[in-house]
Amino acid sequence: MNEETPPQVPAETGRSQDNSTRDAASPALTPRGTPAAPPIRAREGDEIHAFPETAVGEGDVRTAGARAEAVAGTSLWRDAWKRLLRNKLAVFGMIVVALIILASAFGPFVIRKTTGYTYDFIPADSKLIQSFPPFTAPDGSFSWTHPMGTDSAGRDVLARVLQGGRISLMVGIISTLVSLIIGITWGATAGYLGGKVDDVLMRIVDVLYAIPYMMIVIVLLAFFGGQSPLAQIFLLFAALGAVSWLTMARIVRGQVISLKNQEFVLAARAGGVSTPKIIFRHLVPNALGPVIVYATLTVPSVMLSEAFLSFLGLGVQAPYASWGSLSSEGIQNIAVFPWQLIFPGVTMALTLFSLNFLGDGLRDALDPQMRKF
Amino acid sequence: MFRFILRRLIVTVPMVLIVVTLTWGLIRLAPGNFYSGEKKLPAAIEKNIKAKYGLDKPWYIQYGRMMGNILRLDFGNSLKYENETVNDILLRTLPVSATLGVCAYLIALIVGIFFGTLAALKPNSKLDYVSMAMAMLGISLPNFVLGPMLVLVFSLSLYWLPPARWGGFPSWNLILPVLTLSAIYMAYIARLTRAGMLEVLRSDYIRTARAKGLSERDVIVKHALRGGLLPVVSFTGPALAILISGTVVVERIFAMPGLGNYFINANLNRDEPLIIGIVAFISIAVLIFNLLVDVAYAFIDPRIRY
Repeated sequence: MNEETPPQVPAETGRSQDNSTRDAASPALTPRGTPAAPPIRAREGDEIHAFPETAVGEGDVRTAGARAEAVAGTSLWRDAWKRLLRNKLAVFGMIVVALIILASAFGPFVIRKTTGYTYDFIPADSKLIQSFPPFTAPDGSFSWTHPMGTDSAGRDVLARVLQGGRISLMVGIISTLVSLIIGITWGATAGYLGGKVDDVLMRIVDVLYAIPYMMIVIVLLAFFGGQSPLAQIFLLFAALGAVSWLTMARIVRGQVISLKNQEFVLAARAGGVSTPKIIFRHLVPNALGPVIVYATLTVPSVMLSEAFLSFLGLGVQAPYASWGSLSSEGIQNIAVFPWQLIFPGVTMALTLFSLNFLGDGLRDALDPQMRKF
Repeated sequence: MFRFILRRLIVTVPMVLIVVTLTWGLIRLAPGNFYSGEKKLPAAIEKNIKAKYGLDKPWYIQYGRMMGNILRLDFGNSLKYENETVNDILLRTLPVSATLGVCAYLIALIVGIFFGTLAALKPNSKLDYVSMAMAMLGISLPNFVLGPMLVLVFSLSLYWLPPARWGGFPSWNLILPVLTLSAIYMAYIARLTRAGMLEVLRSDYIRTARAKGLSERDVIVKHALRGGLLPVVSFTGPALAILISGTVVVERIFAMPGLGNYFINANLNRDEPLIIGIVAFISIAVLIFNLLVDVAYAFIDPRIRY
């Protein structure tokens, strides 16, 4: 298939599957980046066919394609991006998420360079081993050293919140990836093969839906956890990923079913492409829109589950800290040192809030028909 | 309809057994055991303990005995609370959790439907934006942050409400935990109501109702809500799952002697009979509840046939 790719398309990202999809699907409608367009535009044009067949019906594809041809270089992804930028709350969410990711990634270095504190640094001076309020020096005067105060061991809360953000975001993203891998494989297989396989696979999903899985995750973490802090984090990735793929499988299945009878699949099959290759190189890339939307909404829900488990003492363990475990520590001292709870808690709520708005905005932008919640 | 219920009930039994087997398998595969702590026990004592709890038998006999217990709905004695059976503990803790859950869900229904409907009636108005932003906040604010903050404000600063502990059914102690627990439901219900109502308000039968000259109040309360609330009805199933993890947190924050609190303690104590008992009980409850929701759905929405 790939040899037939039209040479005029600058396939700089190596998305050969999209190219093959494109010419097989509807070459006449292909809205390409104009030759004069800057490279980035060409790449977005390249990706457009990953989307139009997915959420909208046949007729919509045609109109969208026609419109994209009339306005040179405007792809559905570009349209979606414009729609996203028009949604103020989604833009707010995107900015906040980006800031928090940057702060978690680089903040700890900056703090170490400026104040010398790290997330697990306990001062040697015993007078400093106590919880100071935000912006307060040990003598009670104003100070920039600890903008979020210190915890009961004299550690800098800001450094801990940023370090905790790394773990929380990592758990959210990696568990979502795990759920994506399982869900996409499961759903695409069921949808493409259909028949008995579909029945069995989706019946299993139905059964798993009804199980109060959080209880099993609690049992798993309580009995297998506590070996080592690092192993605990990997256990969290696996456990949370393993229980959050069900909806993803359903979404992908629905997408694949609506796609699998289109000509490009027939063409691929006629060309002798193997079944796994059809599923993963032709069908899945075309179902990406709803998958991206749902993945964006899975991240906050997984982070919430992680925080819930860490709050119960079953999640992230010392010396690592996440927003959940920091909040859990903070609750012990809420009456006297409320800032130990408020800062990690509010940071976490703000992140989840922004991620949810971003996910909602993405859904409205990419996939107006999927509005449900 | 009857056949549908029967079929679902028959499916429930193997599903509960699968969940319980999974739990039991996890407990048994885990390293360590409930009786040995830091110190290694003398061999004779360990042998006696194993004999007492039937742990010296092969695994399939132990498994069979556990399954037999479940089918008779008798889960044996707790390992930690030795003079209580698991059933005693379930009966004692269930009312606490159920009170919290039912109160929280009722409040969430009233508030959520109210604001969701208002938002749907005036989409893209200020009210719509504010209530949907509040709903998003409710979904994003973890209950273990919301709960302690409410305690901080209403108990530790204003001294209006007691900060924790169970005080029987109508009591001031219930207010903060119920509010904490209901926040996320309120948020979901408001969003679902808004989405459902927006769709229904555009439909033909609403136009017909208006054309008949019904008052706006009748159109909304008698006609639109019935269709617009369908998503809320189907949410009640997943809601129970949220309730389980929600009550665990709320009961721990507010030191309530409920099912969730005991479940966590049982896990930390490796109290196998209690864990199995609670898991089996909750699985049965969730499955039956889901079945009830489906049946109710068919009654509310005549388009659905089983």
